[in-house]
Amino acid sequence: MHTMKTQLLFIFLLSLAFLLPQKTNAQVAKKILAAGDKKIAIYDFNNFEKRVNQKNDTTYIVNFWATWCIPCVQELPYFEQLQEKYKSEKIKVILVSLDFPKQVEKSLIPFIKKKKLTSEVILLDAKNPNAWINKVDPSWSGALPATLILNKKHRYFFEKSFNFEELENEYLELTKRD
Amino acid sequence: MRYLLLLIATLFITNGDALAQKNKKRKKTGYKIGSIATDFSLKNVDGKMVSMKDYDEAKGFIICFTCNHCPFSIANESRLIYIDGKYKKLGYPLIAINPNDPAVNEDDSYEKMIERANEKGFTFPYLFDEGQKIFPQYGATKTPHIYLLQKTKKGPQVKYIGSIDNSARDIEEVTERYLEDALDALIKGGKIKITETKAIGCSIKVQKP
Repeated sequence: MHTMKTQLLFIFLLSLAFLLPQKTNAQVAKKILAAGDKKIAIYDFNNFEKRVNQKNDTTYIVNFWATWCIPCVQELPYFEQLQEKYKSEKIKVILVSLDFPKQVEKSLIPFIKKKKLTSEVILLDAKNPNAWINKVDPSWSGALPATLILNKKHRYFFEKSFNFEELENEYLELTKRD
Repeated sequence: MRYLLLLIATLFITNGDALAQKNKKRKKTGYKIGSIATDFSLKNVDGKMVSMKDYDEAKGFIICFTCNHCPFSIANESRLIYIDGKYKKLGYPLIAINPNDPAVNEDDSYEKMIERANEKGFTFPYLFDEGQKIFPQYGATKTPHIYLLQKTKKGPQVKYIGSIDNSARDIEEVTERYLEDALDALIKGGKIKITETKAIGCSIKVQKP
């Protein structure tokens, strides 16, 4: 009987562990690079995964881009627009830059300032793309731009460029699903 | 009791795994390992047309879709020159093809290709996929994107698809040389261990309909 109690307690604790909110953010960045007042968090792949795979009620819009990628730069305003239009909902746009780490201060930060980007921008500095690209999505060839839309239940991946309407439709479709 | 625990744990785990996946991907087209690649006749930066059939002596080809503007392509240029120098004499010359529509990015125009090839001293042909007929047949989606071909009776057969190595951005961090390993295996008549790899690249530029 004693062991039965212990085991029940264990089950209870185990369940609790699953129910507890995961570490909220996200102070998981590898390091922070700064230029003036602007800071960019640099993530390795493991920490990036933790950052976007959170079991909370937020829908994450994760866009892979780079400052030199013309179709990426063209679609950035739509991600900003989406965040703004649905700011009353639990939505989080994360712009994942794949700029070269050496270019953060020279290119990335000035670009963010010039375009007045309000969404969170992080830099993914991940080794061995052959391994991590498949973890983002097996269908991704590695071409930029690419976008993940996900919440704790659903995960959409797109290797394409968006216009606002397409992006909004995918967001609405995913958030409406059970 | 132990089983109950297991059951509960399993429930949690499968619940996590059962996350609905819905990937709206384009249908994968193009060559797979073992496909026979079609020949092409494309204009080189020296004004002459180049086809694989022109190379009587070659045992195969390293076809690299690349371009002028993409930083990942630029970061790989010196590696392409090195690989061409090493493997041309072993029967595997490199042929670079720019698949981009210059109407989308003028830096990828034929004139700029000539400039880039001269500036960088390309030792290999740098062809322009005019009309964008060739890259979709191969299934290339980005630059750089490599197809290693070996001549067979049926035609040039695809042996490896992917990247040169595992660190396009920084040559100092390369620990795997996929393309060279595949070439070495082909030359020795051995089995290629890794036949497909992925890397970040610039999407091939096509005008929107």
